[in-house]
Amino acid sequence: MNGNDDPTRNALWNPVFLADLRRDLLRFAELQLRDQSAAEDTVQEALTAAFSGQDRFTGRAALKTWVFAILKNKIVDTLRHRQRTAPITSLIPDDEEEGDDFAVLFNPGHHWNPADRPQAWGDPETTFAQQQFWVVFETCLTRLPENTARVFMMREFLGLETLDICLELALTTNHCHVILHRARMGLRLCLEQRWFTPENPTC
Amino acid sequence: MLTCQQVTRLLSEAQDRKLRLKEKLPLKLHLLMCAGCDNFHQQMDFLRQASRRYSVAPPNADDAE
Repeated sequence: MNGNDDPTRNALWNPVFLADLRRDLLRFAELQLRDQSAAEDTVQEALTAAFSGQDRFTGRAALKTWVFAILKNKIVDTLRHRQRTAPITSLIPDDEEEGDDFAVLFNPGHHWNPADRPQAWGDPETTFAQQQFWVVFETCLTRLPENTARVFMMREFLGLETLDICLELALTTNHCHVILHRARMGLRLCLEQRWFTPENPTC
Repeated sequence: MLTCQQVTRLLSEAQDRKLRLKEKLPLKLHLLMCAGCDNFHQQMDFLRQASRRYSVAPPNADDAE
Protein backbone atom coordinates (compact mmCIF):
# COMPACT_ATOMS: atom_id res chain seq x y z
CA MET A 1 0.00 0.00 0.00
CA ASN A 2 1.41 3.38 -0.91
CA GLY A 3 -1.13 6.01 0.03
CA ASN A 4 -4.22 7.15 -1.83
CA ASP A 5 -2.61 8.45 -5.00
CA ASP A 6 -4.26 5.77 -7.13
CA PRO A 7 -7.79 4.93 -5.96
CA THR A 8 -8.17 2.24 -8.63
CA ARG A 9 -5.13 0.36 -7.56
CA ASN A 10 -6.21 0.40 -3.99
CA ALA A 11 -9.86 -0.45 -4.57
CA LEU A 12 -9.54 -3.74 -2.71
CA TRP A 13 -8.39 -1.82 0.35
CA ASN A 14 -11.55 0.25 0.30
CA PRO A 15 -13.75 -1.33 3.00
CA VAL A 16 -17.04 -0.39 1.33
CA PHE A 17 -15.97 -1.70 -2.07
CA LEU A 18 -14.55 -4.82 -0.50
CA ALA A 19 -17.72 -5.51 1.52
CA ASP A 20 -19.91 -5.11 -1.58
CA LEU A 21 -17.60 -7.26 -3.64
CA ARG A 22 -17.45 -9.95 -1.00
CA ARG A 23 -21.25 -10.01 -0.75
CA ASP A 24 -21.55 -10.46 -4.56
CA LEU A 25 -18.88 -13.14 -4.59
CA LEU A 26 -20.58 -15.01 -1.77
CA ARG A 27 -23.96 -14.94 -3.48
CA PHE A 28 -22.40 -16.22 -6.69
CA ALA A 29 -20.54 -19.01 -4.91
CA GLU A 30 -23.53 -20.02 -2.78
CA LEU A 31 -25.71 -20.25 -5.85
CA GLN A 32 -23.35 -22.82 -7.30
CA LEU A 33 -22.15 -24.66 -4.23
CA ARG A 34 -25.39 -24.46 -2.22
CA ASP A 35 -23.30 -24.75 0.89
CA GLN A 36 -22.59 -21.63 2.88
CA SER A 37 -19.37 -22.66 4.57
CA ALA A 38 -17.91 -24.07 1.34
CA ALA A 39 -18.90 -20.83 -0.38
CA GLU A 40 -17.21 -18.75 2.33
CA ASP A 41 -14.01 -20.79 2.07
CA THR A 42 -13.98 -20.46 -1.70
CA VAL A 43 -14.56 -16.71 -1.61
CA GLN A 44 -11.84 -16.34 1.00
CA GLU A 45 -9.38 -18.18 -1.25
CA ALA A 46 -10.37 -16.05 -4.24
CA LEU A 47 -9.96 -12.80 -2.28
CA THR A 48 -6.62 -13.91 -0.90
CA ALA A 49 -5.42 -14.63 -4.42
CA ALA A 50 -6.81 -11.30 -5.58
CA PHE A 51 -4.96 -9.39 -2.86
CA SER A 52 -1.68 -10.92 -3.88
CA GLY A 53 -2.06 -9.87 -7.51
CA GLN A 54 -4.10 -6.70 -7.41
CA ASP A 55 -1.73 -4.56 -9.48
CA ARG A 56 -2.77 -6.18 -12.72
CA PHE A 57 -6.09 -4.44 -13.41
CA THR A 58 -7.33 -0.99 -14.19
CA GLY A 59 -10.65 0.25 -12.88
CA ARG A 60 -13.12 -1.22 -10.45
CA ALA A 61 -15.26 -2.97 -13.05
CA ALA A 62 -12.17 -4.70 -14.39
CA LEU A 63 -11.15 -5.58 -10.85
CA LYS A 64 -14.53 -7.12 -10.15
CA THR A 65 -14.39 -9.12 -13.38
CA TRP A 66 -10.93 -10.31 -12.52
CA VAL A 67 -11.84 -11.37 -8.98
CA PHE A 68 -14.86 -13.23 -10.37
CA ALA A 69 -12.59 -15.04 -12.84
CA ILE A 70 -10.45 -16.15 -9.90
CA LEU A 71 -13.57 -17.19 -7.99
CA LYS A 72 -14.82 -19.29 -10.92
CA ASN A 73 -11.54 -21.21 -10.99
CA LYS A 74 -11.80 -21.79 -7.25
CA ILE A 75 -15.39 -23.01 -7.63
CA VAL A 76 -14.26 -25.49 -10.29
CA ASP A 77 -11.60 -26.74 -7.85
CA THR A 78 -14.16 -27.04 -5.05
CA LEU A 79 -16.60 -28.92 -7.30
CA ARG A 80 -13.83 -31.28 -8.45
CA HIS A 81 -12.83 -31.97 -4.90
CA ARG A 82 -16.44 -32.54 -3.92
CA GLN A 83 -16.95 -34.88 -6.86
CA ARG A 84 -14.12 -37.03 -5.57
CA THR A 85 -15.54 -37.20 -2.08
CA ALA A 86 -19.32 -37.18 -2.76
CA PRO A 87 -20.07 -37.90 -6.41
CA ILE A 88 -23.02 -36.04 -7.85
CA THR A 89 -24.22 -39.18 -9.66
CA SER A 90 -25.38 -40.72 -6.42
CA LEU A 91 -27.71 -37.76 -5.99
CA ILE A 92 -29.29 -37.73 -9.41
CA PRO A 93 -32.58 -39.55 -9.65
CA ASP A 94 -32.56 -42.29 -12.24
CA ASP A 95 -35.68 -41.40 -14.10
CA GLU A 96 -34.46 -40.53 -17.55
CA GLU A 97 -37.92 -39.66 -18.82
CA GLU A 98 -36.91 -36.64 -20.68
CA GLY A 99 -38.88 -33.45 -20.44
CA ASP A 100 -41.01 -35.23 -17.87
CA ASP A 101 -41.70 -32.23 -15.65
CA PHE A 102 -42.49 -30.12 -18.66
CA ALA A 103 -44.77 -32.51 -20.52
CA VAL A 104 -47.75 -30.52 -19.26
CA LEU A 105 -46.74 -27.67 -21.57
CA PHE A 106 -47.48 -29.82 -24.61
CA ASN A 107 -50.63 -31.35 -26.06
CA PRO A 108 -50.90 -35.09 -26.76
CA GLY A 109 -49.32 -34.49 -30.18
CA HIS A 110 -46.31 -32.94 -28.36
CA HIS A 111 -46.89 -29.44 -29.69
CA TRP A 112 -47.25 -26.39 -27.44
CA ASN A 113 -50.54 -25.82 -25.69
CA PRO A 114 -51.72 -22.41 -26.89
CA ALA A 115 -51.43 -20.96 -23.37
CA ASP A 116 -47.92 -22.34 -22.91
CA ARG A 117 -46.44 -21.27 -26.22
CA PRO A 118 -43.17 -19.37 -25.60
CA GLN A 119 -43.45 -15.62 -25.99
CA ALA A 120 -41.10 -13.16 -27.64
CA TRP A 121 -38.88 -11.61 -24.98
CA GLY A 122 -37.77 -8.55 -26.91
CA ASP A 123 -34.35 -6.98 -26.87
CA PRO A 124 -32.12 -8.70 -24.27
CA GLU A 125 -30.13 -5.53 -23.59
CA THR A 126 -33.27 -3.72 -22.43
CA THR A 127 -33.90 -6.52 -19.96
CA PHE A 128 -30.29 -6.80 -18.81
CA ALA A 129 -30.26 -3.09 -18.00
CA GLN A 130 -32.91 -3.58 -15.34
CA GLN A 131 -31.46 -4.36 -11.94
CA GLN A 132 -34.62 -6.13 -10.81
CA PHE A 133 -34.26 -8.65 -13.64
CA TRP A 134 -31.11 -10.07 -12.09
CA VAL A 135 -32.90 -10.65 -8.81
CA VAL A 136 -35.52 -12.69 -10.69
CA PHE A 137 -32.76 -14.49 -12.62
CA GLU A 138 -31.14 -15.55 -9.34
CA THR A 139 -34.46 -16.58 -7.87
CA CYS A 140 -35.18 -18.77 -10.90
CA LEU A 141 -31.75 -20.42 -10.64
CA THR A 142 -32.37 -21.10 -6.98
CA ARG A 143 -35.68 -22.76 -7.80
CA LEU A 144 -34.08 -25.33 -10.11
CA PRO A 145 -33.36 -28.72 -8.54
CA GLU A 146 -29.88 -28.60 -7.01
CA ASN A 147 -28.05 -30.92 -9.37
CA THR A 148 -29.81 -29.60 -12.42
CA ALA A 149 -28.74 -26.10 -11.44
CA ARG A 150 -25.20 -27.23 -10.77
CA VAL A 151 -24.75 -28.82 -14.19
CA PHE A 152 -26.27 -25.77 -15.85
CA MET A 153 -23.96 -23.39 -13.98
CA MET A 154 -20.90 -25.54 -14.71
CA ARG A 155 -21.80 -25.19 -18.35
CA GLU A 156 -22.96 -21.59 -18.51
CA PHE A 157 -21.20 -19.80 -15.65
CA LEU A 158 -17.96 -21.71 -15.39
CA GLY A 159 -17.80 -22.20 -19.16
CA LEU A 160 -16.92 -25.90 -19.05
CA GLU A 161 -17.51 -27.95 -22.18
CA THR A 162 -20.41 -30.38 -21.98
CA LEU A 163 -18.15 -33.37 -22.65
CA ASP A 164 -15.88 -32.34 -19.77
CA ILE A 165 -18.84 -31.98 -17.43
CA CYS A 166 -20.08 -35.45 -18.39
CA LEU A 167 -16.64 -36.91 -17.78
CA GLU A 168 -16.21 -35.02 -14.55
CA LEU A 169 -19.55 -36.14 -13.17
CA ALA A 170 -19.35 -39.62 -14.74
CA LEU A 171 -22.60 -39.06 -16.61
CA THR A 172 -23.46 -40.37 -20.06
CA THR A 173 -23.57 -37.71 -22.78
CA ASN A 174 -27.29 -38.29 -23.11
CA HIS A 175 -27.86 -37.79 -19.39
CA CYS A 176 -25.90 -34.54 -19.52
CA HIS A 177 -28.05 -33.29 -22.37
CA VAL A 178 -31.21 -34.32 -20.53
CA ILE A 179 -30.15 -32.39 -17.43
CA LEU A 180 -29.17 -29.28 -19.40
CA HIS A 181 -32.43 -29.43 -21.34
CA ARG A 182 -34.40 -29.61 -18.08
CA ALA A 183 -32.42 -26.72 -16.66
CA ARG A 184 -33.14 -24.52 -19.66
CA MET A 185 -36.80 -25.54 -19.75
CA GLY A 186 -37.14 -24.68 -16.08
CA LEU A 187 -35.27 -21.44 -16.28
CA ARG A 188 -37.09 -20.10 -19.33
CA LEU A 189 -40.46 -21.06 -17.87
CA CYS A 190 -39.64 -19.34 -14.59
CA LEU A 191 -38.41 -16.18 -16.34
CA GLU A 192 -41.43 -16.10 -18.62
CA GLN A 193 -43.81 -16.44 -15.68
CA ARG A 194 -42.01 -14.16 -13.25
CA TRP A 195 -40.55 -11.54 -15.52
CA PHE A 196 -42.01 -11.53 -19.00
CA THR A 197 -45.72 -12.03 -18.36
CA PRO A 198 -47.87 -8.99 -19.17
CA GLU A 199 -48.96 -8.84 -15.51
CA ASN A 200 -45.41 -7.91 -14.62
CA PRO A 201 -45.61 -4.20 -13.84
CA THR A 202 -41.98 -3.60 -14.84
CA CYS A 203 -42.54 -4.84 -18.39
CA MET B 1 -41.88 -34.22 -38.83
CA LEU B 2 -40.46 -32.92 -35.55
CA THR B 3 -42.74 -32.16 -32.63
CA CYS B 4 -42.32 -28.98 -30.57
CA GLN B 5 -41.16 -31.08 -27.63
CA GLN B 6 -38.39 -32.64 -29.74
CA VAL B 7 -37.48 -29.21 -31.06
CA THR B 8 -36.90 -27.86 -27.53
CA ARG B 9 -34.47 -30.71 -26.91
CA LEU B 10 -32.62 -30.09 -30.17
CA LEU B 11 -32.44 -26.35 -29.50
CA SER B 12 -31.01 -27.02 -26.06
CA GLU B 13 -28.44 -29.44 -27.50
CA ALA B 14 -27.51 -26.88 -30.13
CA GLN B 15 -26.10 -24.84 -27.22
CA ASP B 16 -23.78 -27.72 -26.36
CA ARG B 17 -22.81 -29.45 -29.59
CA LYS B 18 -22.83 -28.89 -33.33
CA LEU B 19 -26.04 -30.25 -34.82
CA ARG B 20 -25.76 -32.61 -37.76
CA LEU B 21 -27.05 -31.57 -41.14
CA LYS B 22 -29.88 -34.08 -40.97
CA GLU B 23 -30.95 -32.52 -37.67
CA LYS B 24 -30.53 -28.95 -38.85
CA LEU B 25 -32.77 -29.01 -41.89
CA PRO B 26 -35.96 -30.33 -40.28
CA LEU B 27 -35.29 -27.99 -37.35
CA LYS B 28 -35.02 -24.97 -39.64
CA LEU B 29 -38.19 -25.95 -41.39
CA HIS B 30 -40.05 -26.34 -38.10
CA LEU B 31 -38.84 -22.95 -36.85
CA LEU B 32 -40.08 -21.25 -40.01
CA MET B 33 -43.56 -22.54 -39.35
CA CYS B 34 -43.77 -22.43 -35.56
CA ALA B 35 -43.68 -19.08 -33.76
CA GLY B 36 -43.60 -20.72 -30.32
CA CYS B 37 -40.47 -22.71 -31.09
CA ASP B 38 -38.90 -19.75 -32.84
CA ASN B 39 -39.40 -17.76 -29.64
CA PHE B 40 -37.99 -20.68 -27.64
CA HIS B 41 -34.93 -20.59 -29.90
CA GLN B 42 -34.37 -16.92 -29.09
CA GLN B 43 -34.95 -17.61 -25.41
CA MET B 44 -32.09 -20.15 -25.51
CA ASP B 45 -29.80 -17.45 -26.87
CA PHE B 46 -31.13 -15.08 -24.23
CA LEU B 47 -30.27 -17.57 -21.46
CA ARG B 48 -26.74 -17.93 -22.77
CA GLN B 49 -26.23 -14.17 -22.99
CA ALA B 50 -27.72 -13.61 -19.55
CA SER B 51 -25.50 -16.32 -18.06
CA ARG B 52 -22.39 -14.86 -19.68
CA ARG B 53 -23.30 -11.41 -18.43
CA TYR B 54 -24.06 -12.65 -14.95
CA SER B 55 -20.95 -14.75 -14.58
CA VAL B 56 -18.46 -12.19 -15.86
CA ALA B 57 -19.49 -10.05 -12.91
CA PRO B 58 -23.03 -10.18 -11.52
CA PRO B 59 -24.61 -6.79 -12.18
CA ASN B 60 -25.76 -4.97 -9.08
CA ALA B 61 -27.15 -1.64 -8.08
CA ASP B 62 -23.84 0.07 -7.45
CA ASP B 63 -22.62 -0.87 -10.95
CA ALA B 64 -25.74 0.55 -12.51
CA GLU B 65 -24.67 4.15 -12.23
